[in-house]
Amino acid sequence: MSDPIRILPEKCVFCGACVRACPFGAITQAGKKTLPVIDLNKCTLCGACVAACKFDAIWMRESEAARTDLDRYQGVWVFAEQHDGHIHSVAFELLGEGRKLADALGMPLGVVLLGHNVRDRAGELIARGADRVYLVDRPELAHYQDEAYAAVLIDLVRRHKPCIFLGGATTIGRSLMSRVAVPLRAGLTADCTGLAIDPQTKNLLQTRPAFGGNIMATIICPNARPQMATVRPKVMKEAAVDPARHGEVLVETVVEQLLTARARRLRFEPEKETTVNIADANIIVSGGRGLQKPENFALLRELAEVLGAGVGASRAAVDANWMPYSHQVGQTGKTVCPKLYFAIGISGQIQHLAGMSSSDIIVAINKDPDAPIFKVATYGIIGDLFAIVPRLTEAFRKALGANKA
Amino acid sequence: MRYVVCIKQVPETTDVRINPETHTLMREGVAAIVNPFDMYAIEEALRMKARLGGTVTVLTMGPPQAEAALREAIAMGADEGILVSDRAFAGSDTWATSYALAAAIRKISDYSIILCGKQASDGDTAQVGPGIAAHLNLPQITYVRKIEAMDAQHIVAERLLETGTEVIESPLPCVLTVVKELNEPRLPSLKGKLAAKKAVLTHWKASDLGCDPKDIGLDGSPTKVVRVFSPPPRPGGEMLRGEPDEVVTQLVEKIKDAVLAART
Repeated sequence: MSDPIRILPEKCVFCGACVRACPFGAITQAGKKTLPVIDLNKCTLCGACVAACKFDAIWMRESEAARTDLDRYQGVWVFAEQHDGHIHSVAFELLGEGRKLADALGMPLGVVLLGHNVRDRAGELIARGADRVYLVDRPELAHYQDEAYAAVLIDLVRRHKPCIFLGGATTIGRSLMSRVAVPLRAGLTADCTGLAIDPQTKNLLQTRPAFGGNIMATIICPNARPQMATVRPKVMKEAAVDPARHGEVLVETVVEQLLTARARRLRFEPEKETTVNIADANIIVSGGRGLQKPENFALLRELAEVLGAGVGASRAAVDANWMPYSHQVGQTGKTVCPKLYFAIGISGQIQHLAGMSSSDIIVAINKDPDAPIFKVATYGIIGDLFAIVPRLTEAFRKALGANKA
Repeated sequence: MRYVVCIKQVPETTDVRINPETHTLMREGVAAIVNPFDMYAIEEALRMKARLGGTVTVLTMGPPQAEAALREAIAMGADEGILVSDRAFAGSDTWATSYALAAAIRKISDYSIILCGKQASDGDTAQVGPGIAAHLNLPQITYVRKIEAMDAQHIVAERLLETGTEVIESPLPCVLTVVKELNEPRLPSLKGKLAAKKAVLTHWKASDLGCDPKDIGLDGSPTKVVRVFSPPPRPGGEMLRGEPDEVVTQLVEKIKDAVLAART
């Protein structure tokens, strides 16, 4: 097999742009006037160098998969995640984004709703922008289950052939969509923070962070349909409610075998913590090593209660057993994207930043003026959290109380 | 019982930074490590073996230098390592990667359970574990935080969802993807380090796995990266200064509207 990528000596001007563009350190240049060399053991054929080269001096083999019947795939689909019959807010965000994509393509917007006794939720989805609701209402689907949910979705996609299929990048969405994409031979992009339609090719442009948010990548699925993506919760705006909208509900029947599953759910134990769970929270109050001991998290809980916020924690606080792992924000914990994030006594190691730096507003309170958290903070306060946080709680109690009245 | 642990060698993310002047990645001397989540998968396989007996096989796909990741797992106590490596795999996305790993697992044939970290710290997709399960048509339990019970035929595991814990029972073989809470990975012993040094690793190429060239590497990957760029820098922050009462008043003034909007 010949090399899938190479630098063309007749075109290269040795500028080194490709060396700098390579996210994998696979291109080296011995000197200023020498031809760069690509290490094929490190190269992932991501194409960053091809895009960076102003002289068309890098040739990369195109995928040979032929475009087949792609035009038969029509419509934008959204998966409506539900828990006990309540639609997850990420579905409304997907409907808002899906509506824009569908309009850009001149295609209808469909939403797939699986569950039991969920038919009356269809109206809610239509009011949020869906033209069609594909409903499968079966007792076997009452709770999310990887195998049955995936089998039903694969069947629906094969029958109706949507062009785009979006799910939330939740634990359920990521487990499910991965399983759906494989038998369909569909491309799936994880945890997208931006979606758009390429005006020329009409392909879906999927943008997502990688390397813990240190780089962004835009991904397409030019030769496969549907184009599948999971979308990070809280990034897209929820679709507005319009009760006057019309849409149709298509009740889908599926064969019995699709509903059988080998793994089964024995029970569910809800999170014990009383505050809002951090994945759903619009405001998160997080604490780290600076809190010094577990009891001091009470200060954060109080502030969180007044704000209606969830309580998060840095890895240091979780490793010290001050907070349960389910509250950990960062690379080895959860990635969150709230409207407002308070980092209190958190220095802001890069692993923590990876989990929260896409928050709209970041407030950092830390006694160390050199703490890296201040580099990403919208508002920074250098000072003693034990003096500041109780005052902040009191001030908000007054401010918000007055507002309610 | 054979426990197959799928691992990935990744750059240590702390070292991947953007040069503030050129806005390109600085990666001089970036260390290669075993993906942190995979360490919990290795540890759990070792614990399963201690309880139920059997063999722990670590499997990775990557360039020749990914051997180091396999040796690290062997130093912790894994019995054998398999490296799936071939230039034909270059450019694999999650579809093609899970296809190749599934093909390798099929070749291993007598597997009882497959363990993966919940996601890799470089790509962060969380798609390869469920992808392997789909290619092999096996049940899966993702985001496992605790094993409640396990014997040669079944497993009962707790799965960490956003809103709580789901307890799932599955027959074996099945695929698990694991989170950090599951255990504390052991450090390699001296004996383990010696074993790792001496271990003879198995190398498989695409042809050994009977992979169709259409299904691997660039051709087997439905997704294609078209652009890689630095994230837009966050707009410059503002430091609030003064006594605690003053800064609190300033802060409340600045974020009050955002708080009100977020609460509705």
